[in-house]
Amino acid sequence: MQISGRDSNRYQTFTRRAALLAGAQGVAFLALAGRMYYLQVLKTDQYRMLAEENRVSMRLLAPLRGNIVDRFGRILAANRQNYRAMLISEQTPDVEATLTRLSNIVEIDDFTKKRILRDISRSPRFMPVTVAEDLTWDQFAQVNINEPDLAGIVPDVGETRDYPYGEELAHILGYVAAVSEKDLQQAEGNQPVLKLPGFRIGKEGIEKTYDKELRGMPGSSHVEVNAYGRVIRELAKDPGTPGSEVVLTLDMDIQRFAWDRLKGESASAVVLDVHTGDVISFVSAPAYDPNQFNMGYGTAEYKALLESPYLPLMNKALAGMYPPGSTFKMVVAMAAVEAGIDPSHRVVCPGHYSLGSHDFHCWKKGGHGALNMHEAIKHSCDVYFYDTAKRIGIEAVADMAKRFGLGETYGFEVPGEKPGLVPTPGWKRAVKGEVWHPGETVIAGIGQGYLLATPLQLAVMTARIANGGYAIQPRITRAIGGNLLPIPEPKLIGVSEQAIRVVQGGMNGVSNEIGGTAYRSRIAEPGMELAGKTGTAQVRRISRAERLSGVLKNEALEWRQRDHALFVCFAPVDEPRYALSVVIEHGGSGSGAAAPVARDIMHEVLKRNPPRPQAGNPPGGPKPARTG
Amino acid sequence: MLDLRRFTGHEMRLGEKLIEFNWGFLLLLLLIASIGFAMLYSVAEGSFSPWAFRQAARFAVGMGIMVSVAMIDLRLWMRLAYPLYGIALVMLVAVEVIGFVGMGAQRWLNLGFVSVQPSEIMKVTLILALARYFHGLTLEEVSRIRNLLIPLGLVGAPVALVVLQPDLGTAILLIATGAVLFFSAGLRWRYFILAGVSVLAVIPVVWSRLHDYQRNRVLTFLEPERDPLGAGYHILQSKIALGSGGIFGKGFMEGTQSQLNFLPEKHTDFIFTMLGEELGLVGGLVLLTLYFVVLMFSLNVALQCRNQFGRLVAIGVSMTFFFYVFINTSMVMGLLPVVGVPLPLVSYGGTAMLSLMFAFGLLMSVHIHRNLEISRGPSAFW
Repeated sequence: MQISGRDSNRYQTFTRRAALLAGAQGVAFLALAGRMYYLQVLKTDQYRMLAEENRVSMRLLAPLRGNIVDRFGRILAANRQNYRAMLISEQTPDVEATLTRLSNIVEIDDFTKKRILRDISRSPRFMPVTVAEDLTWDQFAQVNINEPDLAGIVPDVGETRDYPYGEELAHILGYVAAVSEKDLQQAEGNQPVLKLPGFRIGKEGIEKTYDKELRGMPGSSHVEVNAYGRVIRELAKDPGTPGSEVVLTLDMDIQRFAWDRLKGESASAVVLDVHTGDVISFVSAPAYDPNQFNMGYGTAEYKALLESPYLPLMNKALAGMYPPGSTFKMVVAMAAVEAGIDPSHRVVCPGHYSLGSHDFHCWKKGGHGALNMHEAIKHSCDVYFYDTAKRIGIEAVADMAKRFGLGETYGFEVPGEKPGLVPTPGWKRAVKGEVWHPGETVIAGIGQGYLLATPLQLAVMTARIANGGYAIQPRITRAIGGNLLPIPEPKLIGVSEQAIRVVQGGMNGVSNEIGGTAYRSRIAEPGMELAGKTGTAQVRRISRAERLSGVLKNEALEWRQRDHALFVCFAPVDEPRYALSVVIEHGGSGSGAAAPVARDIMHEVLKRNPPRPQAGNPPGGPKPARTG
Repeated sequence: MLDLRRFTGHEMRLGEKLIEFNWGFLLLLLLIASIGFAMLYSVAEGSFSPWAFRQAARFAVGMGIMVSVAMIDLRLWMRLAYPLYGIALVMLVAVEVIGFVGMGAQRWLNLGFVSVQPSEIMKVTLILALARYFHGLTLEEVSRIRNLLIPLGLVGAPVALVVLQPDLGTAILLIATGAVLFFSAGLRWRYFILAGVSVLAVIPVVWSRLHDYQRNRVLTFLEPERDPLGAGYHILQSKIALGSGGIFGKGFMEGTQSQLNFLPEKHTDFIFTMLGEELGLVGGLVLLTLYFVVLMFSLNVALQCRNQFGRLVAIGVSMTFFFYVFINTSMVMGLLPVVGVPLPLVSYGGTAMLSLMFAFGLLMSVHIHRNLEISRGPSAFW
């Protein structure tokens, strides 16, 4: 190429520099290619993994909660379909208008509406928000039919916990409810399933104790999501493992019967199998409706529960502590036999017992005259037991009480057990810092004073008497996930057969001999006879003046001031299989209020479990049968 | 060399110009643009709307502009260089004023029938103006300080206006374009060394005056993992998309990063990433090779030209194109900070596409008029 002379300088310089620029471009392109090689060949595995992590998201699937059934497999707690209406806000141009239209079918109050709008504002626009739950079939059908008019509303079927027997089992099953902040903090390790919307966990009772077993293992769904978290499609699914079924030892028929019998009272009843410790029935009245706890109690209703004098939220069979009253006399009697007192030894009851300047009164004003141990139990003579307790001392009484299960907890499956109290001089010194007075030993002889026992403990005590002195432990769970739970071999308490026989005989006298304190409440059918003991626990102090002018009848007192009525029994008397305790708060007398109820419940138990034809008792008393 | 002489001093006819027009080069541009159409089709999940079709329509208009610009005599472009620069500068000022009134950053000027981005127009007219200026100087005159004041002003005025917008990416591109023309015109090395040292010296000053978002971009470029959900998100997701594409890619329309929206701005600034994810290293290298062919062709146009104005225009267009390609691809690969620079011919965007085709028209005009000798003095055609 020929360039005119003038321009040749510029042209040469330009050519040189253009070549430099071209070289620079070449280097730059090589650098780009090198970078692409680095990213797309050398590091591709790493970035491929990151891309997958971006793309694939794991969604937890809540497992189906296990059922709770009674010993015959009847369903006590299960999952039921919950018809819901969900709202996807991106599918409606006007959320408020949609809600207004929906409120023609389902009532939506202002409070709920606020909650819905808050939920919508907090979640992505494609995420369904629950608008109404627990719709009736009619409402659900109407939502479905009107779906074209209800932009954004999606009918949906979820699972919710259902307690078909409601309050009859509230104190056993407890309830499930939404996971709280506190639950999240207390949860062991990382349990992401707890954060699933609508997930519920056991908050009380068996639902709480066996929450892990009932809950099962959450499944997962691997889904492809876009950058905003919207699910594009499902890639893989693991349905998870449903929760285990929990089989209780309960017989729901007996439970219902006992509930009906105690309804309206502030009372509790516990039926035990004396050989296995299986709880056949376990009632605490009144109660609450666990279904409402699940769906959320209204504040007014909840306040009413809290403020009721009958304490419906309290599990009285487990946590109600009462002076055992005369039901404690068996313990004193056995302690006496073990201390060497001859059961045929007679004590004269003049109607009162004097210790120093203080008089202790028998419930029978005129006195019982001379009584041996059998007669003392049968007539529930107070003076006999004042005298006996005083003679053998409080330590012997307390020791025997503890051997029969008082003053301790059993690790029962329903949470909330209270230990009650078996007082000793050592206890009083340690806790109250005071010395033990001899008078306190005297009133402990009739189950008053510091003594406290729960209805469950009274049933255990009675069962241990009935089975010939085996330290059975109460239990309410028979099997979990198809595996029967083993019953530990009960230890012998180490009470002489003589002591057991005398006490069993005395209880037989109470119920089946004319003059026994509960003779009116006997079961007459042959083979079904029960042996019991009444108890009347005084809740107020009777002043000297009142004693002189005549003790007020319970009917004359206001409810809170009346005595607690107690009754414990076992049956059949010849071959004991069941033990029962009944406590009716402020019910009046044990014989008048508690014994008839106990008789009816025990009768029902025996009707459903008729005694086997007698093959003659093996020598040495009935042996605990091994079942389960 | 008779054929060369033949053209000297006499006017070419339109027919001759159309024959001289390098239609193969236009085909090459069409090929590159078509890759863009395909990617825009994929971005829209397999649809020509809203992007692919409009982009193709713009490219068609752009081709018309390119051919028309190429037909116009280079000497006329030389005469129009300063007026066009002036118009572009006025538009930049207008945008600044409107932006001030509108209380916010403004890069667009609404001319009633069409919205234009004056800074894009300025990139082309700056090349013209500088080429025009240096054309009139001998090699010795170029390096005289008093002769540098005017071209420095030509660069400085639009840079200042663009920085005010604020549009750091365009400002850097304008400075780079200016530097290329100074360099090609033959300015002595010592000035470039001096300028390099000065730039290093003022970096701390500039840093202190940068907007927070600009600083963040630089910081996150240096360390993208610093804030993976915030400012570093773009770079990180882009690298993941590219890297996961591997050698052959995930397949057309199968890019998970792009199709599931993890990749931002994938129809504009990050379209190269999408190409890399779906068509892999192979696809990316094919596009880079095509770009390189464009660059080598335009460099050749510059070298073949017998007049300084044409040479400078050609190298200016060529290097601007190179800067676009390099800055954009480096950015999506994590080699440079995120500075909103589109990938030429491929990214979706109107003004950028049209001004680029205008520039290629100038390049082709240089090619057609390569044998024209234009005297240095202004008297030659004024």
